[in-house]
Order: sequence, then C-alpha cells, then structure tokens
Amino acid sequence: MNTQTTPDAQISPAAQSRSVLDVIDLTIRYGTKPAIRNVSLSIPQHRITAIIGPSGCGKSTLLRAFNRMNDFIPNVGMEGQILYLGSDIYAREVDPVEVRRRIGMVFQKPNPFPKSILQNVAWGPSINGFTGNLEDRVEQSLRRAALWEEVNDRLHESALALSGGQQQRLCIARALAMEPDVILMDEPCSALDPVSTARIEDLMFELKERYTIVIVTHNMQQAARVSNLTAFLENGSLVEYGETDQVFTRPRNQRTEEYVTGRFG
Amino acid sequence: MSQGSTAKPLLAGAGTRKSRTKEELIRFVLFLCAFLSILTTLSIIAILAWEAYSFFREVRVLDFLSGTRWTPLLEPRSFGVLPLVAGTLQIVIGASLIAIPVGLASAIYLAEFASAGVRRALKPVLEILAGIPTVVYGYFALTFVTPLIAAIFPQTQIFNAASASIVVGIMVLPMTASLCDDALRAVPESLRQGAFALGATQFEVTLRVVLPAALSGVMASFVLAASRAIGETMAVTLAAGATPKMTMNPLESIQTMTAYIVQVSLGDTPVGTVEYQTIFAVATLLFAITLSMNIIAHRVLARFREVYE
Ligand SMILES: Nc1ncnc2c1ncn2[C@@H]1O[C@H](COP(=O)(O)OP(=O)(O)OP(=O)(O)O)[C@@H](O)[C@H]1O
Ligand SMILES: [Mg+2]
Repeated sequence: MNTQTTPDAQISPAAQSRSVLDVIDLTIRYGTKPAIRNVSLSIPQHRITAIIGPSGCGKSTLLRAFNRMNDFIPNVGMEGQILYLGSDIYAREVDPVEVRRRIGMVFQKPNPFPKSILQNVAWGPSINGFTGNLEDRVEQSLRRAALWEEVNDRLHESALALSGGQQQRLCIARALAMEPDVILMDEPCSALDPVSTARIEDLMFELKERYTIVIVTHNMQQAARVSNLTAFLENGSLVEYGETDQVFTRPRNQRTEEYVTGRFG
Repeated sequence: MSQGSTAKPLLAGAGTRKSRTKEELIRFVLFLCAFLSILTTLSIIAILAWEAYSFFREVRVLDFLSGTRWTPLLEPRSFGVLPLVAGTLQIVIGASLIAIPVGLASAIYLAEFASAGVRRALKPVLEILAGIPTVVYGYFALTFVTPLIAAIFPQTQIFNAASASIVVGIMVLPMTASLCDDALRAVPESLRQGAFALGATQFEVTLRVVLPAALSGVMASFVLAASRAIGETMAVTLAAGATPKMTMNPLESIQTMTAYIVQVSLGDTPVGTVEYQTIFAVATLLFAITLSMNIIAHRVLARFREVYE
C-alpha cells in the first residue's frame, strides 16, 4: 500500500512494515495561514514514529489531524488526504468519533478527569458501550501503562491526587482502555521530571508491541532514544523522514543536520 | 520616540510633590467612599438588630420561629412567622422549578454547543435581562400570567403563588443561566479534549465530564438564584397577595416575608409599636437566610475555582 501512495523513498522508509496511516499531500491552514504544507508520509505499524522540529513548525497540527482533533478549531482548512488502513478518515461518511476510538491521544499536560482513578480508566469503554468485564479492562490497561502496582490499592481515590508522572501514565492507561490501534502523544513528557520521563519512555517500548505510536517531541535525545522513525518538520514542510538512526547520524538534508545537532531551533 | 526628549529626572522637586499630594487626596476620597458604603451596611445591620431585639423582648424567639399563625395586626394577635416562611418557600420552590432546569439547559447550550458568535451575542442579553426592573415582572404576572393560569384552572385566585413563582422563576433565569455558564466554562478545555480524544460525542463530553466537573459551581449558582428568589419583593407583593397562610396550593393567595415588610412599611402602623417592629424581626430572618445562602454559595465557588487554578 505505501508503495502505491508514496513513490518517493524518503516518504516511506519502513517499507518492511505495513503502514497504518498514510498522509497524502496534506496542507492545513489556520484561516489563510498554512501550518502544514504539502506533507506526505506513512506511519508504519507497531513502530514509534517521532515528529520533531522547531516550535511552531506544525508538529501538533499534523498530529491532531490524525485523529481529527483539529475539527474543534474554527477556521481550519484542509487539503489532501489521511488514510487509516487505506480509508480516508476525512471522507464524508466517516464519523470522527469512530476515528478517535481507534486512534487515541495523550496530551502534553496530563489531563485526568476529576474522578477516581478507576472511573478515569473506565470512562472510555463505558461510554462506548463496552459489555465485557470493566474491572479487568481497567486492570489490564493500568498494567500496560505500568501504573497498576502503584495505584491498585487506591483505585477509588481521586486521580488528581496522583503525581504528574502518574497522572500522565493514567492518561495513557485511559487511552489504552479503548484498545486503540494508534496512540498519538504530543510532548507527553514535557511537563514531567526525568524519572517520570524515563518511565514513560520505557513504557513506549513495551507498547509498540501492540500499538502504533506517533510522538511529537522537542527533545532530540528522546526522539533518538525511543523512536524507530523520525520526521523532521520545518515551517510546515516535511524536510526529512527516515529511520531514526539515519536521520540522526547521516541526515540527507543540511537543515536536518543543523537541527539535530542543535545548531538551531 | 527618542529617549532624551521624554525621560525626566527621578527627583523632580516641586512638580512631583504637588502631584503626590493630589494623589493622596484622591486616595483619601476613594477611601471615604468605600468607608461610607461599609458604614451604611453596618448601620443597617445595627438598626435591624436593635429593632429586632426590641421585638424579641415582647415576643419569644421560639414563638416567632415556630408559630403557625401570623396575625400581628389583628386581634387575637399571633406572631408565628412560619406562614410567611412557607409562602416564601413556595415561591422559591416554584421559581426554582423553572429557573434551574431552563437556566442549566441554556447554560449548557451557551457554554458547550453555541458557536463563538452566538455566544457573544447571547451572553450580554442574559445580563440585560437580569437588569429589568422587577416591578415589570409583577405587572406581567398580574396582567398576563394570572389570567392564563385562571383560564386553565378556574378556581385560581386573583392573587396566587403560582403566578408569582412563574415570574420570579423567569426573573432569576438569566442570572442562573449566566452563573451556570461561568461554572461550565471554568472547566478546563483540556478535559473536553481528553474526553473527545476517547471517542466521546459532544453530549457525552457535556453530561459525563463537563457537568460533573462543574457540579459544585452549578450548585452554587442554584443557591444564589434561590437566595435571589427569596429576597425578591416587587413581583411577589403585586402578584402573590397578602394572605399569610400555611398552604401548598399554588393557586391560592399567600404572603411572603418580603411582601409582608412592604405591606407594613406602606401601611399606617404606628412606628415603635410591636406591630411595627415585626418587620424588623422578619427582615432579620430574611437577612440571615439569604446571607447564609450567599456565604455557602461563595465558599463553594471559591473552592471550585481553586481546583482548576
Ligand atoms: N488554533 C490556532 N489558530 C491559529 N493558528 C494556530 C492555531 N494553532 C496553531 N496555530 C499556528 O500554526 C502553526 C503551527 O502550530 P503547531 O501548534 O502545530 O506547532 P508546534 O510545532 O506543535 O509548536 P510547539 O512545538 O510550540 O508546540 C503555528 O504558527 C501556530 O501559531
Ligand atoms: Mg505543539
């Protein structure tokens, strides 16, 4: 599939894995101002793809396009396509709610609901008419998010009483409870201390066994550590996209090299 | 924009000193104004307390608070305030039945569903509606609502609690809606985003995340609205009647605490008599009720704000 939509080798570096998301000539504007310019790329399954680039280059805009979270921003205009497993998520007959059930998201600042830990994790499945054993699902999600050991004796306490790092892992658990295919993370560690950050990075390694992860990060080391693929955006355009190793050690593009070596941005 | 032409030396002698005296004078005047408004409030409370104290030298507090007959102007005189409290309660309950559901629904629409443009247009309208003189509502009750009720229930009395409840409900509706709207909008956007990202619909986000998160603020709005309905005077004086009565039939004439105060203030009851002092006793009770409701509501609101800051 990625060969048919992406003739350019730069766009589909992980040809050995099938692609979950295909972005085709995507342009996104706020009003008339373009934030994403003619971007095409494919996100392979069960890999961690990092999106890096200077502040304001459009990383969040691109990430939010993947689960139609830009729908909530007035005056957003979009051209091009985003395919999820081959079908256009912006097609007229597609329900954005359904898209978001399959493609979960973790935000920059932990945003647990002001409810108990249990209710937070159970929230997604329960609104979506989940009929199985909710408690099992909660436990499984908390385990996968590496939080179970810390909270299993206080599931009924408020999520707001957790530390920032725990709250972020709770938000990951909350997303996992929906059993999504893809998890989008927008700078998930930027509000966290180094220890919590390390825990979440470890967690991402485990999660990619089952899920496809796209992470936006400002942190070069983090991108280099956790991701399999790296996309470098600048001013809304995709400058370079490839295996993380290659992007960081043998960048093809001059601007990429300057950015990853910290000479600007 | 050149530095040299506008910059002044820091210590510029007389000119600065003069402006400083002027500033101090302005500060003093402003202080006087603030002091005056506090002073008037305090004197009102003092007068209330003093007159109520004189009243309670003649009538036992317990008789006043638990008596079920209120006939201070007729023989045999009786000073049981409960009929007035019951009348007030009836208005508050009736008004709440209108203002709470409709106010909350309008707030939900405004805060969660309306577009930014609609919101910008409607929110000031709420504030303007809240400023309509209440006598207008009383007139509206007498000339429009009462005939309407009477058309449906022929046994309706000219003055009745239902009509007054309805207009008081309409009267506090804008305020309820506006306060609930504030409470809903105080819920951080990040919670809504989090819920949407879990595949929730707008209704699920509103009912299962935003509303529960705003609950204490919403409750406080209800308490403030009820407190406002308790203190409402003009509409109930005009429309609800002057018959202190323990009844739960909304089609009958009743009397509220506020309406009683108006009745005696406007009548020819001699100043200084126990009959006259009843209004201070009733006013003190009214003041105590609304004050405690407002304090509770503001406490809740303050705590609620802290949670999200
Ligand atoms: N809601 C919005 N309305 C208008 N313009 C926006 C909006 N959100 C983002 N933009 C603009 O679009 C561009 C891309 O923003 P975006 O948030 O995607 O950048 P980013 O790469 O995520 O930046 P950062 O690293 O600072 O988070 C920026 O120029 C920004 O000012
Ligand atoms: Mg961003």
